[in-house]
Amino acid sequence: MRALRLVSGRLLSMLVTLLAISLLTYAVFYLLPADPAQLSCGRPCTPQRLADARAFMGYDESWFRQYLDFLGGLVGGRTFGSGVAAVHCAAPCFGYSFRLNESVTQLILDRIPVTFSIALGAALLWLLIGVGAGMVSAVRRGTPVDRAAMTFSTVGVSAPSYLVGLLAILLFGFTLNMVPVSGYVPLTEDPVQWLWHLVLPWCVLALLSAAVYARLTRGQMLEVLGEDYIRTARAKGLGERRVIGWHALRNVLIPIVTVFGLDLGSLLGGAVITERVFSMSGLGALLLDAVGNIDLPLIVGVTLFSAFLIILANFLVDLLYGVLDPRATR
Amino acid sequence: MTTSTSAPHLVTAGRSPLLSVAGLAVEFEVDGETREAVHDVALELRRGRVLALVGESGSGKSVTAMATLGLLPATAKVRGSITLDGTELVGADPQRLRDVRGGRIGTIFQEPMTALNPVFTIGYQIAEAIRAHRDVTRSVATERVRDLLATVGLDEPDRVARSYPHELSGGQLQRAMIAMAISCDPVLLIADEPTTALDVTVQAGILELLRDLRSRLDMAILLITHDMGVVADIADDVVVLRDGRVVERTAAAELFTDPRHEYTRTLLRAVPRLPDLRLAEPEPAEPATPVPEAAGVEPAVLLRNLVVEYPGRSRGRRVRAVDDVSLHIDPGEVVGLVGESGSGKSTIGRTLAGLVPAASGTVTVTGLDIGRAAGRVFHGRELRRIRARMGIVFQDPASSLNPRRTVGTSIAEPLSLHTDLGADDRRRRVDELLEAVGLPPELRDRYPHEMSGGQRQRVAIARAVALNPALLIADEPTSALDVSVQARILELFRSVQRQFGFACLFISHDLAVVEQLADRVVVLRRGRIVEQGPAATVLRTPRHPYTSQLLAAAPVADPAQQALRRAAWRRLTSPG
Repeated sequence: MRALRLVSGRLLSMLVTLLAISLLTYAVFYLLPADPAQLSCGRPCTPQRLADARAFMGYDESWFRQYLDFLGGLVGGRTFGSGVAAVHCAAPCFGYSFRLNESVTQLILDRIPVTFSIALGAALLWLLIGVGAGMVSAVRRGTPVDRAAMTFSTVGVSAPSYLVGLLAILLFGFTLNMVPVSGYVPLTEDPVQWLWHLVLPWCVLALLSAAVYARLTRGQMLEVLGEDYIRTARAKGLGERRVIGWHALRNVLIPIVTVFGLDLGSLLGGAVITERVFSMSGLGALLLDAVGNIDLPLIVGVTLFSAFLIILANFLVDLLYGVLDPRATR
Repeated sequence: MTTSTSAPHLVTAGRSPLLSVAGLAVEFEVDGETREAVHDVALELRRGRVLALVGESGSGKSVTAMATLGLLPATAKVRGSITLDGTELVGADPQRLRDVRGGRIGTIFQEPMTALNPVFTIGYQIAEAIRAHRDVTRSVATERVRDLLATVGLDEPDRVARSYPHELSGGQLQRAMIAMAISCDPVLLIADEPTTALDVTVQAGILELLRDLRSRLDMAILLITHDMGVVADIADDVVVLRDGRVVERTAAAELFTDPRHEYTRTLLRAVPRLPDLRLAEPEPAEPATPVPEAAGVEPAVLLRNLVVEYPGRSRGRRVRAVDDVSLHIDPGEVVGLVGESGSGKSTIGRTLAGLVPAASGTVTVTGLDIGRAAGRVFHGRELRRIRARMGIVFQDPASSLNPRRTVGTSIAEPLSLHTDLGADDRRRRVDELLEAVGLPPELRDRYPHEMSGGQRQRVAIARAVALNPALLIADEPTSALDVSVQARILELFRSVQRQFGFACLFISHDLAVVEQLADRVVVLRRGRIVEQGPAATVLRTPRHPYTSQLLAAAPVADPAQQALRRAAWRRLTSPG
């Protein structure tokens, strides 16, 4: 009962946040000195053609009306223009890119496999490496292992991803010729090639984030290891492995899950730099192109979609938090 | 050093010692320096007996216990011998030590709130202890957990087993801890300050349980405590430790009647004593009879129908911490505010200081209305004017003094905030204050971490009286201190009070401490006053049953007296 109320409460606040974000994102249309109708009106652009284009795209309405249309499209789809020239954008319609002649939803869907492949693999990898290194560091505090891990972590935290990415391509791709340096092969087409193409981006992304997680884990672990309940666990005769790997880790994971959810959420919205470095066309690349071409509907759509992912991740973290930390459901 | 090498009275016929510690020495290496925490400690403990390891902080009592469990940090070097039933534990391999821990030796720790893992249920944690030593199925373990929780006197064992630590009270948690400790039928129970974090009435119940389990399960108990009252209550034999050395080793009865070592005598003298308890038939009379205010004198503090509420855990519901409390403190009067945790005693202190707003009722300090100043409309200047007339001493001097400021600066702070004294005058005043609290003026340039706990509390008192306050609020000012330090601080408190003549609200859970200082005592329970009156009357012949219970539960450092109190407590708490 309490859990149900908690979930519905969170859902509601999630919805409110999404509305606020959509409004903010939509403001892009009015803040940027660009007019999609003008851009697609062609040359020569007579006032008549411009007005037609406006009407077709729905930009002749008041900003409020446009925003409502946009929201309506998200829920029930919408149709631009009428008659033979009409284009339909099915729900959930994140907008329509008149430049690419494609609904933003479809464009996003096309890119999702790439971005999700990169993000999920990298996240899994950095979680394992980061938490593992942090734990070892904490348990072997002050030893050369700890110092090495922390030095490595400092390097990881401060290295920019484009630099590490390019160096990795240079070393493992060109010099050693071990892995392909660019491109993406769909999982459904060839799982082995999929994996092979993703190894390098995963490692580069994971390396950088793992550094942060190692530090976070180490600090948390040292704190938890000093807690009374760890002494209790030892006093009841549990082995070190169980004391650290279960009693301590369960408590260490609580703050880590919070950070992880947010990191993963924002990464799912597109790893802009990594995608560019490895020439993969994911959401990040899509957004980058949209910005380059001033494709306003696409910018708004992708941004909103990314925000949606982050909020969703946040929501899931909240739920998971309730499972991990019984004190949180209060 | 008058360590008695032979202790004939410890020998119980026909039984060899279960635990014997000989020549135990523990060294810690800190920053390349070796510090000896325990030196040549020897003790023997037999089945069915309770041996109390007594000493103040730093005496090495906990280190000795942790050495027995093999749970000292890796930086510790242990020499000597600890044998359990003839098995050597010093230097034993990890596997054997794990078998001993939780299997042969059960352990209870001081703070039950933090000693259990917050993310697992009580039942899970106890079952885990069982399954670490016994090859039993999950359902057998669950069944055993149920039995254990019932054995330690918990009413709803199934509900407790399903609960997480934060859902239970301190007393329930400590009982669950004990259930875990005895889950594998240990021969020895180590109880490290098992009741220090608990209220006295809860403490009495836990000690009763330990006594009962000891005889029922024929266990030996190694009790680590600083509380002579607890020793008098339950111990058969006593080992007194000081600075890591055994100074006295004797039977409990003899320790109190005939302490041989000077240190033991000092320790016993320092324990504040409660007057002998005379329990009349408790009158069910009107609980809170407000003492009439003296006519013509403006009271230093006047509370009328004070209600304080906190936002509750669930939205919309508010927790009433203080419920319709009326009391007054005359100028120069010391009023002791007594109650257990959650009674609202600290909240009253905080309300007086203007830190917590009153929900309703009036709060005046020397005629100035704090309730209005601290209420919804924030009157910063008025509040400051009132605060200039009061001093506050908190429980933990280590955290209430700014660690990055010299104590001189800390003491001078109220002076520079509320007076226009020049730097030289301030310095002179700080020196005077330091002298008043018995500290040499040279200490003014020290930092808090360079001082002992007692010295820090003296500094806190000096700061509190710096402005010659009309009211001093002291919230458990001695509970974080060792008993011998506490005695000196209480002595100081009395002399400072005489010298400065302030009215004082002395908040404490310790009835004996309050008895030493207070003119009048107010007993709180769940936010309400249950009894108030002159200290001598309330603490000798309590009228309210709760006060009687509180008094009977408080252990005194005298086995004979304590036995009487224990009997009285049983009478008071037995149903029907």
